[in-house]
Amino acid sequence: MDKEDIGILIVDDEFSVRDSLAKWFVSDGFRVGTAESADAAMSKLGEQPWDIVLLDIKMPGMDGIEFNRHIRSVDKDIIVIIITAYSSVDTAVQALKDGAFDYVSKPVDPDDLTHTIRNALEKRRLAQENLQLKQRIEDLTMPDDIVGTSPQIKRVLEMIATVATTDATVIIRGESGTGKELVARAIHSNSHRRYAPIISVNCGAFTETLLESELFGHEKGAFTGASARRKGKLERADKGTIFFDEIGNISPKMQMDLLRVIETKQFARLGGEAPVKVDFRIISATNRDLEEAVATGEFREDLYFRLNVFTIDIPPLREHPEDIPLLANYFLQMYSRSMTRGVREISLEAMQMLASYDWPGNVRELRNVIERAIVLSSGEKIIGRDLSFPFRYRAKQSGGDTLEEVEKAHVARILERAEWNISQAANALGIDRTTLYTKIKKYGLSKQS
Amino acid sequence: MKSSKLYVVPIRLSDNSLLDPLLTYLAHSFRLETEVLWRELDLASTHNAERDQYHSTAILAQIIANPPDDAFRMLGVAGVDIFVPVLTFLFGEAQFKGLGALISTFRLRNEFYGNAPDMQLFQERVLKEAIHELGHTYGLVHCNYPGCVMNSSTDVEDVDEKNVLFCRVCAGIVEQGSPH
Repeated sequence: MDKEDIGILIVDDEFSVRDSLAKWFVSDGFRVGTAESADAAMSKLGEQPWDIVLLDIKMPGMDGIEFNRHIRSVDKDIIVIIITAYSSVDTAVQALKDGAFDYVSKPVDPDDLTHTIRNALEKRRLAQENLQLKQRIEDLTMPDDIVGTSPQIKRVLEMIATVATTDATVIIRGESGTGKELVARAIHSNSHRRYAPIISVNCGAFTETLLESELFGHEKGAFTGASARRKGKLERADKGTIFFDEIGNISPKMQMDLLRVIETKQFARLGGEAPVKVDFRIISATNRDLEEAVATGEFREDLYFRLNVFTIDIPPLREHPEDIPLLANYFLQMYSRSMTRGVREISLEAMQMLASYDWPGNVRELRNVIERAIVLSSGEKIIGRDLSFPFRYRAKQSGGDTLEEVEKAHVARILERAEWNISQAANALGIDRTTLYTKIKKYGLSKQS
Repeated sequence: MKSSKLYVVPIRLSDNSLLDPLLTYLAHSFRLETEVLWRELDLASTHNAERDQYHSTAILAQIIANPPDDAFRMLGVAGVDIFVPVLTFLFGEAQFKGLGALISTFRLRNEFYGNAPDMQLFQERVLKEAIHELGHTYGLVHCNYPGCVMNSSTDVEDVDEKNVLFCRVCAGIVEQGSPH
């Protein structure tokens, strides 16, 4: 970052302090602003971004301690350096406890001041680098989360690889819990935009007004409570990818605004006029039938075609049940490690239960069931009773449709759940032990099966 | 009259012998005609008894008041210790892209640090600080190019580490700001 891109705001009620520090930092090449009070500083903070605030403790009106707290509550990234007289060092210490970076005592040695600023900038650089690295690691590791060897999942992975190298817009379709965001992240992290962020927007989570502010950001005073300028998600996604989840839920007005942004690649923050230029890739996801929404006029056709250059359909888990054991073991390893539990395997009975469930909540539901089971498990193995399903257990009728076939599967499942304790199983089935033995013999059931 | 001259204003210097080489070198560095301008300044009004230092900004204001018609730049060279209220001391102060600059020789002498006098080193330091502060009047900011005279100096060791010359980029900016 060039020094001229770094803004230092000097807040002090003494003119000579503001003037001399401003000259000092201007000659050092920084962008410099001054404010004679906390109120004036608040206006400046709303006008443009500042990296460092040099803040006097003793000021009429709101003092430096209080203003420091205010800055921390508005923007934690701003580095505050307290300017204090020797007599008020105790107060400066209080400011440090409230999150100020450092303090300097008036008069300050030029060398100390230079070092304090250098340290502050280094801290800021490291924090930003850390954030970028975290984001990058997250992006790079995400593709591993798409697990599966079924032809359906292989097809999804192939499509991700194909579309990632282009800048085409993508719509990802799939039921809730199928992993639409994972696919969006996989596309992003394999694209040339991977070193810039991917920003997610859940379009279904906001009212129209809030979504507008979330996307476009706002200028100070754009609405009640907008006490400082705020970047929107579109601006934060610049050079990267923006992921619109539940795109089918946006209002007609927002559809029009979004179309305009896509066409002009620029927009204005709420309450502002200056155009903000942006360059991002759009990936959207929906569990609605967008074509039907277009046909009924609920979704703009022109926007639909802009967003839908490429479509990826993620199958529901029930359509690729062969991936369930792989996924279940993947989640077992992942959570067992992160929760430092010694659960190492899933019993045959439990795996049969997982494989025979129809998973209305898809992969997300499977992940949650495994996570809960690890918590509940008392040994090294997840067994049937460790499993609890958020929806009523609906076993697929894989054993056949005849009454005998259904009965055989049901008796076998109850025996597994009771760990072949005949009395418990008979009790659960509502029959006596002799009848249960007869059925075990009739269906050829054994503990190993 | 076209302004083209660099006036050097001596302020309570214990030894005026450094003026001649300073004027010669500044004339060469900035390609300006240089001349000493003797001015009566009210230093007492800029003195802070508690700190026993002189307010730099106030002195600078007096230096540039009523400049000669042909003044392109005005440089004060003070033998006293200077300060601004928020800093403990200054080697110099300049008006960014402005007319005037001021340097203090007080902390440039070896004796100030308890070392043996070294006249040649002292003159070099004075020259570096003079060029540096005048550089700010051309709109130059502190430069990170190793050795450039516009490197920031917050102690005398920093002053010694840099050269008396501008780097090529800074020299280009000074050239553009030249009256010729």
